[in-house]
Amino acid sequence: MRRFLRPGHDPVRERLKRDLFQFNKTVEHGFPHQPSALGYSPFLRLMAIGTRSGAIKLYGAPGVEFMGLHEENNTVMQIHFIPDQCQLVTLLDDNSLHLWSLKQHGGASELREEHRFTLKGPPGSPPSATQVTAVLPHSSREVLYLGTESGSIFVLELPSFRVLEDRTISPEAVLQRISEDNCNRRSCELVEALREHPKNPDQILIGYSRGLIVLWDLQNNKSFVWLSFQQLENLYWQRDGSKFISCHYDGSYTQWPVSSDNRQPEPLENTVPYGPFPCKAISKIYWQTTKNGLPYIIFQGGMPRASYGDRHSISVIHGSQQTAFDFTSRVIDFFIIFSSDPAAEFDDPSALVVLAEEELVVIDLKSAGWPAVHPPYLASLHCSAITCSHHVSNIPLKLWERIISAGSKQNIHYSSMPWPIDGGTNIAPDPPQRDLLLTGHEDGTVRFWDASGVCLHLLYKLSTVRVFLTDADPNDNMNTLGEDEWPPLRKVGTFDPYSDDPRLGIQKIYLCKYSGYLAVAGTAGQVLVMELNDEDAEHVVDHAEADLLQDQEGYRWKGHEKLKTRDGPVRFEAGFQPFVLVQCQPPAVVTSLALHSEWKLVAFGTSHGFGLFDHQQKRLVFVKCTLHPSDQLALEGPLSRVKSLKKSLRQSFRRIRRSRVSSRKRRGPAGAVQEANAKFDQDALQEMELAPVQRKIEARSAEDSFTGFVRTLYFADTFLRDSSRHCPSLWAGTNGGTVYAFCLRVPPAERRMDEPVRAEQAKEIQLMHRAPVVGILVLDGRSTPLPEPLEVAHDLSKSPDMQGSHQLLVVSEEQFKVFTLPKVSSKLKLKLTALEGCRVRKVTVANFGSCKTDDYSENDLAVLTNLGDIQIISLPFLKLQIRYPCIRKEDVSGIASCVFTKYGQGFYLISPSEFERFSLSTKWLVEPRCIVEMPEVTSNNHVHNKSGTENAARKSSFFSSSLLERKSGRLMEHALLNDESE
Amino acid sequence: MGGSKSLFFGAEFRRFSLDRYKPGKFEDFYKLILHIHHIANLEVMIGYADVHGDLLPINNDDNFFKAVSSAHPLLRVFIQRQDEVDYSNFGTNTLSRKKKALVTLRNDNLRRRPHINISMPHDFRPVSSIIDVDILPETHRRVRLYRHGCEKPLGFYIRDGTSVRVTPHGLEKVPGIFISRMVPGGLAESTGLLAVNDEVLEVNGIEVAGKTLDQVTDMMIANSHNLIITVKPANQRNNIIRSSRMSGSSGQSTDSTASHHSLPTSHVLQNFHPDEMESDEEADIVIEGGLEPQHIPKLHSITSSSLSRINGSSLSHRLQRDLVLNNNSGRESNGNIHKLLSSLKTDPRHSLVIPRGGIEEDGTVITL
Repeated sequence: MRRFLRPGHDPVRERLKRDLFQFNKTVEHGFPHQPSALGYSPFLRLMAIGTRSGAIKLYGAPGVEFMGLHEENNTVMQIHFIPDQCQLVTLLDDNSLHLWSLKQHGGASELREEHRFTLKGPPGSPPSATQVTAVLPHSSREVLYLGTESGSIFVLELPSFRVLEDRTISPEAVLQRISEDNCNRRSCELVEALREHPKNPDQILIGYSRGLIVLWDLQNNKSFVWLSFQQLENLYWQRDGSKFISCHYDGSYTQWPVSSDNRQPEPLENTVPYGPFPCKAISKIYWQTTKNGLPYIIFQGGMPRASYGDRHSISVIHGSQQTAFDFTSRVIDFFIIFSSDPAAEFDDPSALVVLAEEELVVIDLKSAGWPAVHPPYLASLHCSAITCSHHVSNIPLKLWERIISAGSKQNIHYSSMPWPIDGGTNIAPDPPQRDLLLTGHEDGTVRFWDASGVCLHLLYKLSTVRVFLTDADPNDNMNTLGEDEWPPLRKVGTFDPYSDDPRLGIQKIYLCKYSGYLAVAGTAGQVLVMELNDEDAEHVVDHAEADLLQDQEGYRWKGHEKLKTRDGPVRFEAGFQPFVLVQCQPPAVVTSLALHSEWKLVAFGTSHGFGLFDHQQKRLVFVKCTLHPSDQLALEGPLSRVKSLKKSLRQSFRRIRRSRVSSRKRRGPAGAVQEANAKFDQDALQEMELAPVQRKIEARSAEDSFTGFVRTLYFADTFLRDSSRHCPSLWAGTNGGTVYAFCLRVPPAERRMDEPVRAEQAKEIQLMHRAPVVGILVLDGRSTPLPEPLEVAHDLSKSPDMQGSHQLLVVSEEQFKVFTLPKVSSKLKLKLTALEGCRVRKVTVANFGSCKTDDYSENDLAVLTNLGDIQIISLPFLKLQIRYPCIRKEDVSGIASCVFTKYGQGFYLISPSEFERFSLSTKWLVEPRCIVEMPEVTSNNHVHNKSGTENAARKSSFFSSSLLERKSGRLMEHALLNDESE
Repeated sequence: MGGSKSLFFGAEFRRFSLDRYKPGKFEDFYKLILHIHHIANLEVMIGYADVHGDLLPINNDDNFFKAVSSAHPLLRVFIQRQDEVDYSNFGTNTLSRKKKALVTLRNDNLRRRPHINISMPHDFRPVSSIIDVDILPETHRRVRLYRHGCEKPLGFYIRDGTSVRVTPHGLEKVPGIFISRMVPGGLAESTGLLAVNDEVLEVNGIEVAGKTLDQVTDMMIANSHNLIITVKPANQRNNIIRSSRMSGSSGQSTDSTASHHSLPTSHVLQNFHPDEMESDEEADIVIEGGLEPQHIPKLHSITSSSLSRINGSSLSHRLQRDLVLNNNSGRESNGNIHKLLSSLKTDPRHSLVIPRGGIEEDGTVITL
C-alpha cells in the first residue's frame, strides 16, 4: 500500500504555493436570476435589486456594485433607501424588515446588514394585522411608516427598529375623523400606498385598497379625505404638492386637487387611457412636471384586457406623445430619474428605468423618440440561452478596437445619454489586460463580452443565421405596427428565448486573437470560418461537405437534417464575416473544434469522427471515422433515446426544484396550498427512496455507446515520427479513450496555394482505462506547453524548445498521463478517479504569477471535477497543488458551463443569466472595489444635485491626487470606449 | 488405506489401493497409473470425482493429496488421453445431470478447441484472491478481482444504505455503500468472495466513507482492470479465523456446508505475481504508423480460456472452464451459456456457497 502514502511536504514549495494560488469568488456578471424588487436612491444615485433567493445587489457607476444576501433566503418584496443616508430597508416575504448600510472599511465601502425586525401584533391578533404592505421612510430619517393588511399604520423608530406605539395610525382613528356615510370599517382595510407630502413632511397621504384616500396630518391628526369608487392601486404626488394622482384596478387614473378648505373634493380628471373596453389594473404611476408645462404621466399596466392583457407594458404620456413600451418579460418594478434638487421647480425626468423579470431596460426620456440606453452592466446573458463559452485573454489592442468598432455600428439605435445611474466611485485598479468572453447561443449568435473588469459589457454580436435558409422569414419584422395602431406599443429589450431553429445553436467557438480568424461550430454539424472585416460586404460563402461515415455503410441518421444554405452572395455587416462553411455528414452536433491560423487549417469532430479542412485552399484534407460499428446510439441521432434521456433529466430537475421551492415556507392565502404541495412532494420523495438507486460496476468496453465521440482536437508542431524531425500534427481524443495522431505536411508559405496539405495517420493510442479523453497537450523540451499559433510570430512568446525531447500529456476524465515522444511510452500519471472518485470535467493550462515577485510564474493545470472542486495540478510532474470547492456538485449546468482563462480565472453560470467569476491566482484578481461617499448635505437636508460630470468630479476630490490622476485616466479611456460603442 | 477405481479408455476399470495418509507425490501416482494401465507412452489427464460429484483434475501434489483425502473410502479416478480431454467436463456440475443440457446446446466448433495443458501452475491465472488477511480485522475481507484478459463482466451493482458502527458514544447509524446485486455468470459472482449486502469499505485502498454512490462507482470503474474491494461480508460466518492459519488446507470453518474461505493466504497468493499485475495495468496500446485502425487487439492471448479459482470446501483447486473463445461467435455463445447457466440456477446468490447438483451421475461420463 505504499503508493497510497502521501509524499512529504516541502516547506519551500508550500510557501511558493501560497504566493501563487488563492481562491476567490469575485463578482457576479450578468442579470440577477428571478429579480423581485427594485429600489433607487436619488441621493446616492444607486439602484438596488432584490431577488427571490434573498440576494440584494446595489449598482451605481460602472464598476460600483455591492452584494448582500439575507440569511433567510426569502424573496425580497420591497427595497426602500432611507432618504439622504447610506442605508436601505428591505422587506422580505416572511414579513421581516432588514436594515442594510454601506460602511467604509479598509478604504472601500461594504454592504452590511445592521438590523432585522419583524412586526409583532398584540397576542391573538391575526397575522394580517401586522402583514406589511407599504413602507414609507420619512424624510426626517428618524421613522419608518409601515402600512399593513389590517389598515393600521405602525411607526418604527430608526435605526433601532422600535415601534412607537403611541404614534400608530389605526383605522379606528382614521374613521373617527371622517364621517362619511359610505365609509365603514372595511374602507380602511389594507394600506396600498403611503406617500409623504413633497413640501410638508408632516403630512402623509394614505391610500387604502378600497379606494379611500386620506391626507393625514401627523402634528394634529387632522385629515382630508377623498373617495374613489374604484379599487386603489397606487398614489403619486405632483412636485408642488397641490395635486396628486391615483391609479386603479380598472385601468384608470385620477387627478385630485389638494386644498385645505374643500372637505369633499371632486376629481379633476378621471381617465381610462386604454378604454373604453375593460382594462387591466394600473399598478404604479408617476406624474412628472416639466418646464414646458406638459407633464409626463408614466404608468405600468392598464392595457385592454381582452386584446393586450398579456402584454407587460409601461406607458409614457407626454402631451400628444404616447408610447406603451412593451417588455419581453413581466415588469417587476420601475422608477424615474428626475431632478431631486428640492429647489428645482420641475421634475424634468431624464430616464425611465424598468426592471423586467429577464432584463433591465433604461429609456432616455430627454432625446426625441425615447431611445433605449445601452446598460454598461446587468447584461442579459441569456437573451437567447447560452450554449457554450470561450475565453480569450490578453487581446491585442488592434483586434480590440476593431471589434468595438464593429459593435458600435450595431448600436446606432441606442441613446447617447451617459449612464444615468452613476453613484459611487470605482477605486479598483485598472483591469490588467483586455479579455474577451465569447458566448454562443441557441439562436445561432455569438456575443463578444468585455470581460476585462467588473462590468461584463457587450461589445459586439455576431449572427451566423444569415448563411442559412431558415423557416423564419427575415422580413418578418417585429415593428410592423403602423402609425395609427392603438395602443401605441413599442417592443423594447433584447430577451428572446425562442429560437427559430435549434439547429442554429452554437456549440464550439475558437478565436485566434492574432489573426482575427474565428471558427464557430453548431448543432447541425456546421463549421464556419470567419475573418474580421471592418466594412460590410457581400460575398459567396464557400461550402464543403465532410462525410464522416465514409466507408461505413448501411447506417441511417435519424436525427435532424443539415441546414440548408443560401445560394449566391450574402450581405454581411462589418465584423466577423464567414468565408467557409463545412457541413458534417451526418449533421450531428460538433463536439470539438480547433483552428490553426498559421497553417490555415480547421479541425472539427462529431460523434461520428473528425475532419481537417484547409481554409486557405478551401479543400477538405481528410476525414476519419471513429465510430464503433456497434454504436447504434450515435448513429440514430439525437432524436431517439438521447432526447428522452434529456427529457427525463429535465423532469427530475424540475421535481427537485419544485420540492425546493415548496419547502420554503410562504405566507398568505396560497400558503396552505403550498404546504399541502410540499407535503405531497415529500411523500413522493420518500416513496422514491424506497426503491434504492443502484449503480452497475462494469469496466468500459469498446462496445459502449458514444466511444467514437470526438472530445478534443489539438494542433501541435512536435516530434511524431522520429526525434530528429518535428512536423505539424493533429491530435484527436475520443470518448472511448483513443487518441489519434496525424502527421501533417503543410506546404511552405510561398507554395501554400499550389501544393495540397497532406495528412497521414502516425499513431493511435488506446488508453487501457478507456475513459473519455478531455485534453491533449504537448510540452516542449523545457516542459512548457507549446505556444498558440502565431504567438511566437507576434513576439509574445518564447519559441518552443525543440532541442529537448517533447512530452505528450493526455488528460482523460479519470487520469492525467504523460508520455514520451516520439515513441509513445508512459512516463508518469495521476489517477484522479481511482484515488478520489471524481472525474475531470474541464481542464486548461493556466499561467500563475507570484504575488511576491514579478519574475516568477509557472504553468499548471486548472481542473474542474464533476464534484465541482477545482484542483491545480503541476506541470510536468502532475502533483496536486491545491484543491478548492467551487460549485455544488448537484449544479450540473454550472459545472458544464465553466470556462477557465489562461491566467487562472474562470467563469461559470450560477443561473441562466449570471456568470460567477472566480480567481485561482493571487496576482490576477478582478473584483469590485468601490466607495460610496455621503454627498454633501445642505441645511434643508437635501442635496444640491448637479449634473453627472460635476458630481463625479466632486467625488474625485475625496481621493489623493495620485488616485485622481489614475481615475481621470481611466475615465478618459472609458469615455473613449463609450464614444465608440454608443 | 483407501481404494481407487480408474475409468479407462474405452471404459476399462482398474481397482487399486493407496495409503490415505501417505499417498506420496503426484509424479509417482501418475507413473503408477500409467503402469497399472500399461499406457506408459501416452499423455493422459487424470481426474477424480469429488464428494459433490464434480469432475476435478489431478495434476499436482496438492490436488492429488486433496483427492485422496476426499476418498470415502473409494476414490473414482478418471483417465483420459491428453488430446481427448474435454476441459469443459471439469468443474462444478460436471458430473451432474444438468450437464447434458449444456452439452447438447453447445455447438460443435465450440467443442473442438485448442488443447491447453493445465497441469502446471504457470498455466493458471488468478481471477480473484483474498489479500491482506494478516492486516485486516477478521470481520473484513479484501478481495482482488483480476479482470484483465477476461471477457467476463465484473458483474455487480452497488447501492446506498445504512450501516451500524460502534463508536465511543455507542452504536451509530452511518451511511454506507453495499453490494446490491450480482450478475449471474459475472466475475464477482463466480469468485464467491462477494455477496449481496456486503458493505463496501474501501476501493483499492481508498476508504469510501464520506463518498457518494456515484464517486464510489467511478472509483470502482476506474480500477476495474485490477479492482481491490474491502468488504464487510453480510454473512460473517465464513470469516477467516486467524488461529487456524497455520493448520494448512484443512482450515477450520464455522460452517461446514459453506466453508469456502478457510484457506491460508499463502495458498491463495501462490500464483500471483504482483509485478506482472502492475505492468499489465499500464498496457495502453500504441499503434504506430498509418495503418487503418482495426479493432483493438486482444490484450492477453496467452490463454484463450480463462479460469476462475475458488478456495472451495475440501478442495484446493476447483477449475471452472469459462466458455470463452476469442472469435465473435464464441462470445455470443458464451453469453448464451451464461444466460443458460443463470436460468438453470435456482438461487444464484447461494450457488457458490452451497454446491450445486450433489452427487448425481452424469450420463455422458458414465457411458465412457
